[in-house]
Amino acid sequence: MPQTPNIDTPLIAMEGVEKWYGTFHALKSINLMVRKGEKIVLCGPSGSGKSTLIRCINHLEPFEEGRIVVDGTALDDSSRTIDAVRREVGMVFQSFNLFPHMTVLENCALAPMRVRGTKKAEAESIARKYLERVRIQDQADKYPAQLSGGQQQRVAIARALCMEPKAMLFDEPTSALDPEMVKEVLDTMIGLARDGMTMICVTHEMGFARQVADRVIFMASGEIIEEGEPEVFFRNPAHARTRAFLGEILAHH
Amino acid sequence: MNIIGPNEILFLLQGLKWTILLSAIGFVGGGVFGLLVALARTSNWKSLRRTTAGYISVFQGTPLLMQLFVVYYGITLIGMEVDAWVAVTIALTLHASAYLGEIWRGAIQAVPKGQSEAANALGLHYVSRTKDIILPQALRLSLPATVGFLVQLIKGTSLAAIVGFIELARAGQIVSNQTYKPLLVFGIVGAVYFVICWPLSLYGARLENRLAAAAAR
Repeated sequence: MPQTPNIDTPLIAMEGVEKWYGTFHALKSINLMVRKGEKIVLCGPSGSGKSTLIRCINHLEPFEEGRIVVDGTALDDSSRTIDAVRREVGMVFQSFNLFPHMTVLENCALAPMRVRGTKKAEAESIARKYLERVRIQDQADKYPAQLSGGQQQRVAIARALCMEPKAMLFDEPTSALDPEMVKEVLDTMIGLARDGMTMICVTHEMGFARQVADRVIFMASGEIIEEGEPEVFFRNPAHARTRAFLGEILAHH
Repeated sequence: MNIIGPNEILFLLQGLKWTILLSAIGFVGGGVFGLLVALARTSNWKSLRRTTAGYISVFQGTPLLMQLFVVYYGITLIGMEVDAWVAVTIALTLHASAYLGEIWRGAIQAVPKGQSEAANALGLHYVSRTKDIILPQALRLSLPATVGFLVQLIKGTSLAAIVGFIELARAGQIVSNQTYKPLLVFGIVGAVYFVICWPLSLYGARLENRLAAAAAR
Protein backbone atom coordinates (compact mmCIF):
# COMPACT_ATOMS: atom_id res chain seq x y z
CA MET A 1 0.00 0.00 0.00
CA PRO A 2 1.49 3.36 -0.90
CA GLN A 3 2.16 5.48 2.13
CA THR A 4 0.19 8.63 2.28
CA PRO A 5 2.29 11.21 4.07
CA ASN A 6 0.36 12.59 6.95
CA ILE A 7 1.02 16.30 7.18
CA ASP A 8 0.20 16.36 10.84
CA THR A 9 2.75 13.72 11.84
CA PRO A 10 5.77 15.62 13.12
CA LEU A 11 9.11 14.86 11.48
CA ILE A 12 10.84 15.88 14.70
CA ALA A 13 9.12 15.61 18.06
CA MET A 14 10.60 16.58 21.42
CA GLU A 15 8.53 15.76 24.47
CA GLY A 16 9.46 16.83 27.97
CA VAL A 17 13.18 16.89 27.21
CA GLU A 18 15.40 17.70 30.18
CA LYS A 19 19.13 18.15 30.13
CA TRP A 20 21.68 18.93 32.79
CA TYR A 21 25.37 19.78 32.64
CA GLY A 22 26.27 18.59 36.11
CA THR A 23 24.04 20.71 38.31
CA PHE A 24 23.26 23.23 35.57
CA HIS A 25 19.78 22.69 34.17
CA ALA A 26 20.40 23.36 30.47
CA LEU A 27 17.03 22.35 29.01
CA LYS A 28 13.78 22.46 30.95
CA SER A 29 10.82 20.36 29.77
CA ILE A 30 11.23 21.16 26.10
CA ASN A 31 8.25 20.34 23.91
CA LEU A 32 8.66 20.96 20.22
CA MET A 33 6.92 19.50 17.19
CA VAL A 34 8.33 20.16 13.76
CA ARG A 35 6.26 19.13 10.77
CA LYS A 36 7.75 18.07 7.48
CA GLY A 37 8.74 21.11 5.47
CA GLU A 38 8.43 23.46 8.41
CA LYS A 39 11.04 26.16 9.01
CA ILE A 40 11.73 27.08 12.59
CA VAL A 41 13.94 29.88 13.83
CA LEU A 42 15.24 29.54 17.37
CA CYS A 43 16.49 32.65 19.06
CA GLY A 44 17.36 33.79 22.53
CA PRO A 45 20.24 35.20 24.56
CA SER A 46 23.51 33.28 24.70
CA GLY A 47 23.41 30.45 27.19
CA SER A 48 19.66 30.08 26.76
CA GLY A 49 20.02 26.48 25.53
CA LYS A 50 19.09 26.94 21.87
CA SER A 51 22.27 25.30 20.54
CA THR A 52 21.97 22.56 23.14
CA LEU A 53 18.41 21.93 22.00
CA ILE A 54 19.29 21.29 18.37
CA ARG A 55 22.39 19.32 19.34
CA CYS A 56 20.13 16.95 21.27
CA ILE A 57 18.14 16.24 18.12
CA ASN A 58 21.08 14.49 16.43
CA HIS A 59 22.45 13.30 19.75
CA LEU A 60 25.65 15.34 19.72
CA GLU A 61 24.46 15.97 23.27
CA PRO A 62 22.75 13.26 25.28
CA PHE A 63 19.66 14.26 27.24
CA GLU A 64 18.53 12.91 30.59
CA GLU A 65 14.76 12.82 30.38
CA GLY A 66 11.98 13.01 27.86
CA ARG A 67 11.64 11.72 24.32
CA ILE A 68 13.00 12.79 20.98
CA VAL A 69 11.49 11.12 17.92
CA VAL A 70 12.90 11.84 14.48
CA ASP A 71 11.10 10.45 11.44
CA GLY A 72 9.62 7.65 13.53
CA THR A 73 12.85 6.74 15.35
CA ALA A 74 12.95 7.39 19.10
CA LEU A 75 16.47 8.28 20.27
CA ASP A 76 17.54 5.96 23.08
CA ASP A 77 21.36 6.23 23.40
CA SER A 78 21.81 3.08 21.31
CA SER A 79 24.03 3.49 18.29
CA ARG A 80 21.28 1.97 16.14
CA THR A 81 18.82 4.80 16.79
CA ILE A 82 21.54 7.45 16.81
CA ASP A 83 22.77 6.26 13.40
CA ALA A 84 19.24 6.19 12.04
CA VAL A 85 18.61 9.77 13.16
CA ARG A 86 21.95 11.10 11.93
CA ARG A 87 21.31 9.59 8.51
CA GLU A 88 18.19 11.74 8.20
CA VAL A 89 19.33 14.94 9.86
CA GLY A 90 22.10 17.20 8.56
CA MET A 91 23.87 19.82 10.62
CA VAL A 92 25.71 23.05 9.87
CA PHE A 93 27.98 24.53 12.54
CA GLN A 94 28.96 28.05 13.46
CA SER A 95 32.63 27.29 12.84
CA PHE A 96 32.00 25.32 9.60
CA ASN A 97 34.07 22.32 10.80
CA LEU A 98 35.13 21.35 7.31
CA PHE A 99 37.84 18.70 7.18
CA PRO A 100 40.96 20.77 6.47
CA HIS A 101 43.04 17.94 5.00
CA MET A 102 40.46 17.12 2.32
CA THR A 103 39.42 19.00 -0.77
CA VAL A 104 35.94 20.47 -0.99
CA LEU A 105 34.87 17.54 -3.15
CA GLU A 106 36.34 14.98 -0.74
CA ASN A 107 34.64 16.72 2.19
CA CYS A 108 31.31 16.25 0.45
CA ALA A 109 31.81 12.74 -0.92
CA LEU A 110 33.15 11.14 2.28
CA ALA A 111 29.94 10.57 4.23
CA PRO A 112 27.91 9.11 1.33
CA MET A 113 30.77 6.66 0.72
CA ARG A 114 31.36 5.69 4.35
CA VAL A 115 27.80 5.82 5.68
CA ARG A 116 25.71 4.85 2.70
CA GLY A 117 28.32 2.75 0.93
CA THR A 118 27.98 4.79 -2.25
CA LYS A 119 30.67 4.15 -4.89
CA LYS A 120 33.28 6.87 -5.21
CA ALA A 121 32.25 8.03 -8.69
CA GLU A 122 28.62 8.26 -7.68
CA ALA A 123 29.44 10.00 -4.38
CA GLU A 124 31.46 12.56 -6.30
CA SER A 125 28.65 13.21 -8.73
CA ILE A 126 26.27 13.70 -5.77
CA ALA A 127 28.86 16.05 -4.26
CA ARG A 128 29.13 18.06 -7.49
CA LYS A 129 25.37 18.29 -7.71
CA TYR A 130 25.07 19.87 -4.26
CA LEU A 131 28.16 22.04 -4.71
CA GLU A 132 26.43 23.39 -7.78
CA ARG A 133 23.31 23.99 -5.74
CA VAL A 134 25.24 26.16 -3.29
CA ARG A 135 26.95 27.71 -6.33
CA ILE A 136 30.50 26.76 -5.46
CA GLN A 137 31.16 23.95 -7.95
CA ASP A 138 34.21 25.74 -9.39
CA GLN A 139 36.01 25.42 -6.04
CA ALA A 140 35.59 21.63 -5.80
CA ASP A 141 39.30 20.84 -5.93
CA LYS A 142 40.42 23.48 -3.45
CA TYR A 143 41.10 22.96 0.23
CA PRO A 144 38.89 24.69 2.83
CA ALA A 145 41.66 27.06 3.92
CA GLN A 146 41.75 28.48 0.37
CA LEU A 147 38.12 29.60 0.60
CA SER A 148 36.47 32.57 2.28
CA GLY A 149 34.31 32.01 5.35
CA GLY A 150 31.11 32.37 3.36
CA GLN A 151 32.31 29.86 0.79
CA GLN A 152 33.36 27.43 3.52
CA GLN A 153 29.96 27.62 5.12
CA ARG A 154 28.26 26.98 1.79
CA VAL A 155 30.50 23.93 1.34
CA ALA A 156 29.45 22.80 4.82
CA ILE A 157 25.81 23.10 3.76
CA ALA A 158 26.53 21.11 0.59
CA ARG A 159 28.38 18.47 2.64
CA ALA A 160 25.33 17.99 4.85
CA LEU A 161 22.99 17.91 1.83
CA CYS A 162 25.03 15.13 0.22
CA MET A 163 23.53 12.76 2.78
CA GLU A 164 20.14 13.83 1.39
CA PRO A 165 18.74 14.52 4.84
CA LYS A 166 15.07 15.02 5.62
CA ALA A 167 15.84 17.89 7.98
CA MET A 168 18.66 20.35 8.49
CA LEU A 169 19.87 21.88 11.74
CA PHE A 170 21.71 25.18 11.58
CA ASP A 171 23.70 26.23 14.65
CA GLU A 172 24.35 29.97 14.28
CA PRO A 173 25.58 29.48 10.71
CA THR A 174 26.40 33.14 10.08
CA SER A 175 27.75 34.18 13.48
CA ALA A 176 31.40 33.52 12.60
CA LEU A 177 31.20 35.30 9.25
CA ASP A 178 32.34 38.73 8.21
CA PRO A 179 29.27 40.90 7.56
CA GLU A 180 29.73 40.95 3.78
CA MET A 181 29.56 37.15 3.66
CA VAL A 182 26.42 36.69 5.71
CA LYS A 183 24.15 37.29 2.73
CA GLU A 184 25.56 34.56 0.50
CA VAL A 185 24.99 32.00 3.25
CA LEU A 186 21.51 33.28 4.09
CA ASP A 187 20.59 33.26 0.39
CA THR A 188 21.66 29.62 0.21
CA MET A 189 19.51 28.84 3.24
CA ILE A 190 16.56 30.73 1.79
CA GLY A 191 16.91 28.70 -1.41
CA LEU A 192 16.90 25.53 0.63
CA ALA A 193 13.80 26.67 2.50
CA ARG A 194 12.03 27.44 -0.79
CA ASP A 195 12.75 23.91 -1.97
CA GLY A 196 10.80 22.60 1.01
CA MET A 197 13.58 21.47 3.35
CA THR A 198 12.59 21.04 6.99
CA MET A 199 14.86 23.38 8.92
CA ILE A 200 15.61 24.39 12.47
CA CYS A 201 17.87 27.43 12.55
CA VAL A 202 19.51 28.93 15.59
CA THR A 203 20.17 32.44 14.40
CA HIS A 204 19.85 36.09 15.27
CA GLU A 205 19.23 37.05 11.66
CA MET A 206 15.73 38.43 12.12
CA GLY A 207 15.43 39.40 8.47
CA PHE A 208 15.91 35.75 7.61
CA ALA A 209 13.37 34.76 10.28
CA ARG A 210 10.78 37.13 8.84
CA GLN A 211 11.40 35.92 5.33
CA VAL A 212 11.36 32.15 5.74
CA ALA A 213 10.30 31.07 9.21
CA ASP A 214 6.93 29.44 9.78
CA ARG A 215 7.49 29.85 13.49
CA VAL A 216 9.93 31.79 15.61
CA ILE A 217 10.74 30.33 19.01
CA PHE A 218 12.26 32.37 21.79
CA MET A 219 14.27 30.61 24.49
CA ALA A 220 15.74 31.84 27.75
CA SER A 221 17.31 29.97 30.67
CA GLY A 222 16.75 26.60 29.03
CA GLU A 223 13.04 27.12 28.47
CA ILE A 224 10.87 27.87 25.50
CA ILE A 225 9.35 31.19 26.55
CA GLU A 226 7.29 32.04 23.53
CA GLU A 227 6.67 31.02 19.97
CA GLY A 228 4.65 32.33 17.10
CA GLU A 229 4.46 33.23 13.44
CA PRO A 230 7.15 35.78 12.62
CA GLU A 231 4.76 38.70 11.99
CA VAL A 232 2.97 38.20 15.29
CA PHE A 233 6.16 37.35 17.14
CA PHE A 234 8.01 40.48 16.06
CA ARG A 235 5.09 42.89 16.16
CA ASN A 236 3.50 41.75 19.31
CA PRO A 237 5.72 39.66 21.60
CA ALA A 238 3.80 38.51 24.66
CA HIS A 239 6.59 38.24 27.20
CA ALA A 240 8.70 40.96 28.69
CA ARG A 241 11.87 38.88 28.20
CA THR A 242 11.10 38.48 24.50
CA ARG A 243 10.52 42.22 24.18
CA ALA A 244 13.78 42.99 25.95
CA PHE A 245 15.67 40.53 23.75
CA LEU A 246 14.13 41.77 20.51
CA GLY A 247 14.74 45.37 21.50
CA GLU A 248 18.38 44.56 22.04
CA ILE A 249 19.08 42.67 18.84
CA LEU A 250 16.95 44.86 16.60
CA ALA A 251 18.83 47.89 17.91
CA HIS A 252 22.03 46.25 16.66
CA HIS A 253 20.77 45.43 13.21
CA MET B 1 99.30 -1.99 14.66
CA ASN B 2 97.33 0.74 16.25
CA ILE B 3 96.35 2.92 13.36
CA ILE B 4 92.83 3.47 12.14
CA GLY B 5 92.75 1.97 8.67
CA PRO B 6 90.08 0.75 6.28
CA ASN B 7 89.44 -2.33 8.42
CA GLU B 8 88.61 -0.29 11.46
CA ILE B 9 86.41 2.05 9.48
CA LEU B 10 84.66 -0.94 7.92
CA PHE B 11 84.10 -2.35 11.40
CA LEU B 12 82.53 0.92 12.52
CA LEU B 13 80.30 0.93 9.46
CA GLN B 14 79.18 -2.60 10.30
CA GLY B 15 78.22 -1.19 13.68
CA LEU B 16 76.37 1.64 11.98
CA LYS B 17 74.39 -0.92 10.02
CA TRP B 18 73.13 -2.44 13.29
CA THR B 19 72.37 0.98 14.72
CA ILE B 20 70.18 1.79 11.74
CA LEU B 21 68.52 -1.62 11.78
CA LEU B 22 67.78 -1.42 15.51
CA SER B 23 66.37 2.10 15.08
CA ALA B 24 64.14 0.90 12.26
CA ILE B 25 62.91 -2.02 14.35
CA GLY B 26 62.16 0.27 17.30
CA PHE B 27 60.44 2.79 15.12
CA VAL B 28 58.28 0.36 13.15
CA GLY B 29 57.36 -1.79 16.16
CA GLY B 30 56.87 1.29 18.32
CA GLY B 31 54.84 2.93 15.57
CA VAL B 32 52.40 0.06 15.23
CA PHE B 33 51.94 -0.51 18.95
CA GLY B 34 52.22 3.20 19.73
CA LEU B 35 49.21 3.82 17.50
CA LEU B 36 47.26 1.23 19.48
CA VAL B 37 48.41 2.83 22.73
CA ALA B 38 47.34 6.28 21.51
CA LEU B 39 43.93 4.97 20.45
CA ALA B 40 43.51 3.21 23.79
CA ARG B 41 44.49 6.39 25.64
CA THR B 42 41.80 8.34 23.79
CA SER B 43 39.08 5.68 23.88
CA ASN B 44 35.78 6.04 25.67
CA TRP B 45 36.64 3.04 27.78
CA LYS B 46 37.96 4.19 31.13
CA SER B 47 39.77 1.00 32.14
CA LEU B 48 41.58 0.96 28.80
CA ARG B 49 42.66 4.56 29.29
CA ARG B 50 43.88 3.80 32.82
CA THR B 51 45.79 0.68 31.82
CA THR B 52 47.62 2.36 28.97
CA ALA B 53 48.35 5.40 31.14
CA GLY B 54 50.08 3.03 33.59
CA TYR B 55 51.96 1.35 30.74
CA ILE B 56 53.22 4.72 29.52
CA SER B 57 54.26 5.78 33.03
CA VAL B 58 56.30 2.61 33.53
CA PHE B 59 58.20 2.87 30.27
CA GLN B 60 58.73 6.62 30.46
CA GLY B 61 59.77 6.38 34.10
CA THR B 62 62.51 3.76 33.73
CA PRO B 63 65.75 3.81 31.74
CA LEU B 64 65.84 2.03 28.38
CA LEU B 65 68.97 0.26 29.59
CA MET B 66 67.00 -1.33 32.38
CA GLN B 67 64.15 -2.25 30.05
CA LEU B 68 66.57 -4.06 27.74
CA PHE B 69 68.12 -5.77 30.69
CA VAL B 70 64.82 -6.90 32.17
CA VAL B 71 63.48 -8.22 28.87
CA TYR B 72 66.69 -10.05 27.94
CA TYR B 73 67.52 -11.59 31.30
CA GLY B 74 63.98 -11.61 32.64
CA ILE B 75 62.65 -13.91 29.92
CA THR B 76 65.68 -16.18 30.38
CA LEU B 77 64.94 -16.36 34.11
CA ILE B 78 61.50 -17.81 33.54
CA GLY B 79 63.17 -20.62 31.63
CA MET B 80 62.75 -19.46 28.05
CA GLU B 81 65.70 -19.14 25.78
CA VAL B 82 65.55 -15.81 23.97
CA ASP B 83 67.58 -14.67 21.11
CA ALA B 84 69.16 -11.25 21.61
CA TRP B 85 67.25 -10.11 18.52
CA VAL B 86 63.94 -11.07 20.02
CA ALA B 87 64.76 -9.39 23.31
CA VAL B 88 65.89 -6.18 21.66
CA THR B 89 62.89 -6.12 19.34
CA ILE B 90 60.52 -6.53 22.27
CA ALA B 91 62.26 -4.00 24.48
CA LEU B 92 62.62 -1.31 21.81
CA THR B 93 59.04 -1.83 20.69
CA LEU B 94 57.71 -1.49 24.23
CA HIS B 95 59.86 1.57 24.87
CA ALA B 96 59.05 3.34 21.60
CA SER B 97 55.35 2.48 21.75
CA ALA B 98 55.03 4.16 25.15
CA TYR B 99 56.69 7.36 23.94
CA LEU B 100 55.01 7.47 20.52
CA GLY B 101 51.69 6.54 22.10
CA GLU B 102 51.92 9.52 24.42
CA ILE B 103 53.02 11.88 21.64
CA TRP B 104 50.17 10.76 19.42
CA ARG B 105 47.62 10.86 22.24
CA GLY B 106 48.42 14.54 22.66
CA ALA B 107 48.09 15.10 18.93
CA ILE B 108 44.76 13.27 18.73
CA GLN B 109 43.43 15.44 21.54
CA ALA B 110 44.77 18.56 19.83
CA VAL B 111 42.50 18.02 16.81
CA PRO B 112 39.62 20.47 17.35
CA LYS B 113 36.49 18.93 18.85
CA GLY B 114 34.43 20.34 15.98
CA GLN B 115 36.07 17.82 13.67
CA SER B 116 34.71 14.77 15.44
CA GLU B 117 31.38 16.56 15.97
CA ALA B 118 31.07 17.21 12.26
CA ALA B 119 31.99 13.59 11.56
CA ASN B 120 29.43 12.40 14.12
CA ALA B 121 26.74 14.65 12.68
CA LEU B 122 27.40 13.14 9.24
CA GLY B 123 26.89 9.70 10.75
CA LEU B 124 30.51 8.55 10.39
CA HIS B 125 31.47 5.71 12.71
CA TYR B 126 34.54 5.29 14.90
CA VAL B 127 36.71 3.62 12.25
CA SER B 128 36.01 6.19 9.56
CA ARG B 129 36.11 9.06 12.04
CA THR B 130 39.51 7.92 13.27
CA LYS B 131 41.04 6.85 9.97
CA ASP B 132 39.63 9.55 7.68
CA ILE B 133 39.27 12.57 9.95
CA ILE B 134 41.23 12.47 13.21
CA LEU B 135 44.45 10.54 12.50
CA PRO B 136 45.49 12.36 9.30
CA GLN B 137 45.26 15.66 11.18
CA ALA B 138 46.79 14.31 14.40
CA LEU B 139 49.75 12.65 12.71
CA ARG B 140 50.52 15.86 10.88
CA LEU B 141 50.41 17.79 14.14
CA SER B 142 52.66 15.23 15.79
CA LEU B 143 55.34 15.05 13.10
CA PRO B 144 57.88 17.38 14.77
CA ALA B 145 57.67 15.52 18.08
CA THR B 146 57.72 12.16 16.30
CA VAL B 147 60.90 13.07 14.43
CA GLY B 148 62.37 14.32 17.73
CA PHE B 149 61.68 10.95 19.32
CA LEU B 150 63.24 9.13 16.37
CA VAL B 151 66.48 11.04 17.05
CA GLN B 152 66.35 9.95 20.70
CA LEU B 153 65.71 6.39 19.63
CA ILE B 154 68.69 6.29 17.24
CA LYS B 155 70.98 7.38 20.06
CA GLY B 156 69.23 5.04 22.47
CA THR B 157 70.02 1.97 20.37
CA SER B 158 73.61 2.25 21.65
CA LEU B 159 72.28 0.58 24.80
CA ALA B 160 71.60 -2.61 22.85
CA ALA B 161 75.31 -3.31 23.38
CA ILE B 162 74.32 -4.62 26.82
CA VAL B 163 72.79 -7.72 25.27
CA GLY B 164 75.66 -8.25 22.86
CA PHE B 165 74.92 -6.12 19.82
CA ILE B 166 78.00 -4.59 18.28
CA GLU B 167 76.29 -1.46 17.07
CA LEU B 168 78.04 1.81 16.33
CA ALA B 169 78.92 2.87 19.89
CA ARG B 170 80.07 -0.64 20.92
CA ALA B 171 82.06 -0.97 17.71
CA GLY B 172 83.72 2.30 18.56
CA GLN B 173 84.62 1.00 22.00
CA ILE B 174 86.21 -2.12 20.50
CA VAL B 175 88.19 -0.18 17.91
CA SER B 176 89.28 2.24 20.60
CA ASN B 177 90.54 -0.61 22.76
CA GLN B 178 92.51 -2.04 19.86
CA THR B 179 94.04 1.20 18.68
CA TYR B 180 94.47 3.09 21.95
CA LYS B 181 93.08 6.20 20.23
CA PRO B 182 89.84 6.74 22.12
CA LEU B 183 89.55 10.44 21.34
CA LEU B 184 89.88 9.95 17.62
CA VAL B 185 87.65 6.88 17.48
CA PHE B 186 84.87 8.31 19.58
CA GLY B 187 85.24 11.54 17.65
CA ILE B 188 84.46 9.60 14.50
CA VAL B 189 81.62 7.70 16.16
CA GLY B 190 80.12 10.93 17.47
CA ALA B 191 80.41 12.53 14.05
CA VAL B 192 78.56 9.60 12.46
CA TYR B 193 75.71 9.90 14.98
CA PHE B 194 75.64 13.62 14.36
CA VAL B 195 75.48 13.24 10.59
CA ILE B 196 72.42 11.01 10.97
CA CYS B 197 70.62 12.87 13.73
CA TRP B 198 71.27 16.48 12.85
CA PRO B 199 69.44 16.51 9.50
CA LEU B 200 66.52 14.78 11.22
CA SER B 201 66.45 17.46 13.90
CA LEU B 202 66.58 20.16 11.24
CA TYR B 203 63.75 18.45 9.39
CA GLY B 204 61.71 18.33 12.61
CA ALA B 205 62.31 22.01 13.27
CA ARG B 206 61.30 22.88 9.73
CA LEU B 207 58.09 20.89 10.06
CA GLU B 208 57.35 22.68 13.29
CA ASN B 209 57.83 26.09 11.70
CA ARG B 210 55.64 25.14 8.81
CA LEU B 211 52.87 23.94 11.14
CA ALA B 212 53.13 27.13 13.20
CA ALA B 213 52.86 29.18 10.02
CA ALA B 214 49.83 27.18 8.91
CA ALA B 215 48.20 27.66 12.31
CA ALA B 216 48.80 31.41 12.21
CA ARG B 217 47.18 31.71 8.81
